[in-house]
Amino acid sequence: MKPAKASSFAFDRRAFAEGLRDGVPIGLGYFAVAVSLGIAARHAGVSPLQGFIASWLTTASAGEHAVFTSMIAQATYLEIAVITLIANARYLLMSCALSQRMDPDMPFWHRLIIGLHVTDEIFGVTIARPGTLVPSYSYGTMITAVPPWAIGTALGIILGNALPARIVSALSVALYGMFLAIIIPPSRKSRVIAALVLASFALSYAAGRLPLVSSLSGGTRTIILTVILSAAAAILFPVHDDEQKEGA
Amino acid sequence: MSYTWICILIMAGVSYLIRVLPLTLIRRPIRNAFIRSFLYYVPYVTLSVMTFPAIVEATQSPAAGAIALAVGVAAAWMGAGLFPVAVSCCTVVLIAEFFLL
Repeated sequence: MKPAKASSFAFDRRAFAEGLRDGVPIGLGYFAVAVSLGIAARHAGVSPLQGFIASWLTTASAGEHAVFTSMIAQATYLEIAVITLIANARYLLMSCALSQRMDPDMPFWHRLIIGLHVTDEIFGVTIARPGTLVPSYSYGTMITAVPPWAIGTALGIILGNALPARIVSALSVALYGMFLAIIIPPSRKSRVIAALVLASFALSYAAGRLPLVSSLSGGTRTIILTVILSAAAAILFPVHDDEQKEGA
Repeated sequence: MSYTWICILIMAGVSYLIRVLPLTLIRRPIRNAFIRSFLYYVPYVTLSVMTFPAIVEATQSPAAGAIALAVGVAAAWMGAGLFPVAVSCCTVVLIAEFFLL
């Protein structure tokens, strides 16, 4: 049975309004985390304008954080590209999932715009809607969720040193809190993921202290550990389709 | 062009390609079980490696970072979303360092 779909490609005011509404809480969360990201960016010598543009175009907390941290260590351009690829690899999976929900008849240019801002949260609210993807909804979420991310980053860079040390210290854990909120709930459901998270913690700690490995940059260590651990897990515990859906 | 701008453009470009290539090229699901499983585990490993021990080293007092880690794990375990978990971590660091420093 084919749903009436002609209308879902044209501008859909109701879906757009729902997108705007769902993007608001996402944007509020982004704003607080972005200020913390901006503080990290400031250490990398990123200007407020650069931070604003970087965050607007990239919209990836873990990826941006990894890149800014690597920039402090004057990473090579190849390292920057590989770190971005590794830290954002999950968006590849999310985009794969989204592609399965796109109507083949949808005009191609929608894919080019939707691809700009596939984030954990925007993906989450989009995939949670039943049926095929409605572009107007996606654009609504982007309009309210993305600007606070970019503005927050610029503000973090501007305020960086003006903020009291206690506040900076407190805000600096916001990103890690967000990461925990992504990795812990699936750990509760899956022992494999729980064990993998613990192994990652342990090896990350060890890699920072072992003689040879600790001389590598933090970003490189992240890449190496990610490839080794994910490949090992994929060989030892291949994932079945039903688990993937639950995990996403 | 400066080092910073080039890094930003590389980051933005690579991020866009990661997102847009599956949307534009892959019209069918990936069949290879290893690649599917590998991609499935990648985010958890990357985020875990980036979180620890970094969270403990980010704060002025390592003990405050450790408490934030414990509180963040507990809050996320109980089902709190991204924003509540992030705020809880920040709040406990603020409170803990008030006593520790």
